[in-house]
Amino acid sequence: MDRRKSLKAIALGSVATGLAAHGCKPGEEKPEIVDVKTHEPVKWRTDYENKILTEIKEGENFFNEHQRETMVVLCDLILPPSEEFKGASDADVVSFIDFMARDTESEKMQTDLKGGLMWLDHKCNTENGVVFKSATESQQKTILDEIAYYDPKVPENERPFEVNFFSMVRNMTMSGFYTTKIGIEELGYKGNMPNVWDGVPQDVLDQHGVAYDPEWIAKCVDQSKRNIAAEWDENGNLLT
Amino acid sequence: MQIIENSTVYDAIIVGSGAGGGMATKVLADAGLKVAVVEAGPFFDPADPEQKTQLRWPYESERRGAGTRYRPFGDYDAAYGGWDIEGEPYTHVEGTKFNWFRSHMLGGRTNHWGRISLRFGPKDFKGKDRDGYGDNWPIGYDDVKPYYDKVDKLIGVFGTNEGLPNDPDGFFLPPPKPRLHELFYINGAKKSGVPVYPSRMSMLTKRINKDRGVCFYCGQCGRACQVYADFSAGTCLIFPAQKSRGQVDLFVNSVVREVTTDEEGKATGVSYISKDDRKEYKLKGKTVILAASACSSARILMNSKSKQHPNGLGNSSDVVGKYLHDSTGADRAAFIPDLMNRKVSYNEDGVGGMHIYSPWWGDNSKLDFPRGYHLEIWGGMGMPSYGTGFNVNDFNKFFGTKAGGYGDILRSDLKKYYGAVVGISARGESIARKDNYCEIDPNVVDEWGIPVLRFNYKWSDLERNQAKHAHDTFEEILTNMGGELMGDKPGKDRDYGLHTPGAIIHEVGTTRMGDDSKTSVTNKYQQLHDVDNVFIVDAGVFTSQADKNCTWTILALSWRASDYIVEQLKKQNI
Repeated sequence: MDRRKSLKAIALGSVATGLAAHGCKPGEEKPEIVDVKTHEPVKWRTDYENKILTEIKEGENFFNEHQRETMVVLCDLILPPSEEFKGASDADVVSFIDFMARDTESEKMQTDLKGGLMWLDHKCNTENGVVFKSATESQQKTILDEIAYYDPKVPENERPFEVNFFSMVRNMTMSGFYTTKIGIEELGYKGNMPNVWDGVPQDVLDQHGVAYDPEWIAKCVDQSKRNIAAEWDENGNLLT
Repeated sequence: MQIIENSTVYDAIIVGSGAGGGMATKVLADAGLKVAVVEAGPFFDPADPEQKTQLRWPYESERRGAGTRYRPFGDYDAAYGGWDIEGEPYTHVEGTKFNWFRSHMLGGRTNHWGRISLRFGPKDFKGKDRDGYGDNWPIGYDDVKPYYDKVDKLIGVFGTNEGLPNDPDGFFLPPPKPRLHELFYINGAKKSGVPVYPSRMSMLTKRINKDRGVCFYCGQCGRACQVYADFSAGTCLIFPAQKSRGQVDLFVNSVVREVTTDEEGKATGVSYISKDDRKEYKLKGKTVILAASACSSARILMNSKSKQHPNGLGNSSDVVGKYLHDSTGADRAAFIPDLMNRKVSYNEDGVGGMHIYSPWWGDNSKLDFPRGYHLEIWGGMGMPSYGTGFNVNDFNKFFGTKAGGYGDILRSDLKKYYGAVVGISARGESIARKDNYCEIDPNVVDEWGIPVLRFNYKWSDLERNQAKHAHDTFEEILTNMGGELMGDKPGKDRDYGLHTPGAIIHEVGTTRMGDDSKTSVTNKYQQLHDVDNVFIVDAGVFTSQADKNCTWTILALSWRASDYIVEQLKKQNI
């Protein structure tokens, strides 16, 4: 799929609909624009990247209202909010998935998402007489129990569609959640800030049954001298 | 529309601002010369708080750091470009494949590279003598050694002097201590008799001067360093050159079309297209130094046709574009149960990439391929990014428990397996062959109207056998580490996991140096045999690649060639 063509079509489509809905004719007052979606170009991206983001963000959402509500319910079943943990919706995972569905240029992902949500509603309607988002948690979980587990020994393309659909939503929910501030805090990742690396703590070495070789460590940087400018003798022996 | 001519006559016009162009700029500017640096991409300075990507969190990117077609190493990677640049295509001869990575920005690909800074050894310059394959370089290690020494001191590289025969000692900064998964690798490799040493990488673990900071261990060298503690050509060569006694005029967003020549066939300068106004300009120079990358420089030469140079500039030998070769590459990863349930009590980002590595150890007389490969090791508790949590508990299969599910079990599974994967990559030497090449495609131009490259590249069984050997090595070492191997071992049908040519981004050889003007493009000073005021200081001049990364050698050779250029200009020989 040509991203630019499709986005252009979407953008034109939305403008046309907007005008029709407001019954705007030439000479009349401009309709008030509600919920303007824009992208502020950032300097760390190239012009081309900023252009693509503008096109995506100013385009229509991937999920319609019903799909979005269903996704919120589904993602919160995957990572539920509780007293101990934040849930998927606390990290607005569905907006992330909506963006990625448009960004990846993957028709398969888009079709699988739409089709998977239809499948969920159909299944739930058939078994419970309600769409998935309106079912009880127990009804929802009964459905998930059938599709949430897979046999890793079976190649992915040989697994049932609904199982792969759920795996995809689970993957996107996990990535969407654990790349946010609350997700990173929960995981406990300690990096992405200036520090001075001076080796693995002893208790960690002990836990995993490994040790540093003193001969190796003797060659490593003495962090107390890191700010003293390097000088060598003519044979490449560090003097400082 | 007329071509707009700049009246300045430069001592040198340098095309490209990566490792080779950056070094030439520094050496020439230090000598007090007037140089123009012409770069196809925009200005880039990772110290600019708005332009830097270093220390950004995944949630500052809409796609959480995921790669795209136009930023394939992830949203924060400091390479503008990729294998596929909008409006700048390249083509292939049917049935062949070459992935061409370009980064158009000040500093080029040095902004994101792995900083693995290995000197070539004595054997690497004399491939033909070693095993009969390919050709010898017209120079040897002793010619380049003084320049490697100077590069070590100017730019800074950590490592250790080990006295190895083909992995020479240098002037090293002290290396960082190994991380946890690297200790597992050391133990695993030792069991197989594979040697392991501290890696040799160009990050400043110790101060070298007042202009550059010291590494603060964020592990993000691929994003380019805001305190200039890693080597990027912009921050470590171009910026200092601008402060030197020479004159450095920087032309960014300027795509060089061709080298212009006079009636005698000597170069007079370059013509370029400004991406800003889409107009064509000309610059005049006493010398032209091409450093646009191996394939881009070859393309410029082949597109510089004139009455005097009907086959393109410097191409009377018809060798320009030939002997293109990239490093071989193969990778494998494993789940290491003994690395499960890790404490997240500490920051182990370290330097970007590996703290340890294995140089080639094998005895080729007992193997079915010439030359070798080195091993790179990866793993650890990295910063979450797009892909984190995918197939979160797939490893349950090794314990007979169910994979998949939903709910809080996913949280504990993520933490259980966090940092328990270790991978090994092999990067090896392929043989330079005349029939692997790039040429001008007469049917296609890019959006600047410049004829594009067409690639013709095929691996041989020598490279496939090497990849097969590498996969056997991965399996053995990872198993020694108690690992459960991930994925399948690629067989013959998949070239034993050998990556597509170009994928390792070490392409060299397209304008190779040699003593014979009939079989090479430049002499040993990187001066075109055909035109004495045109030089090439990128990896195009490599007669052969080694099982090393090419950047340190590009830098050393560019310095050597630049000294020669300064001398020749002073003597008014060119």
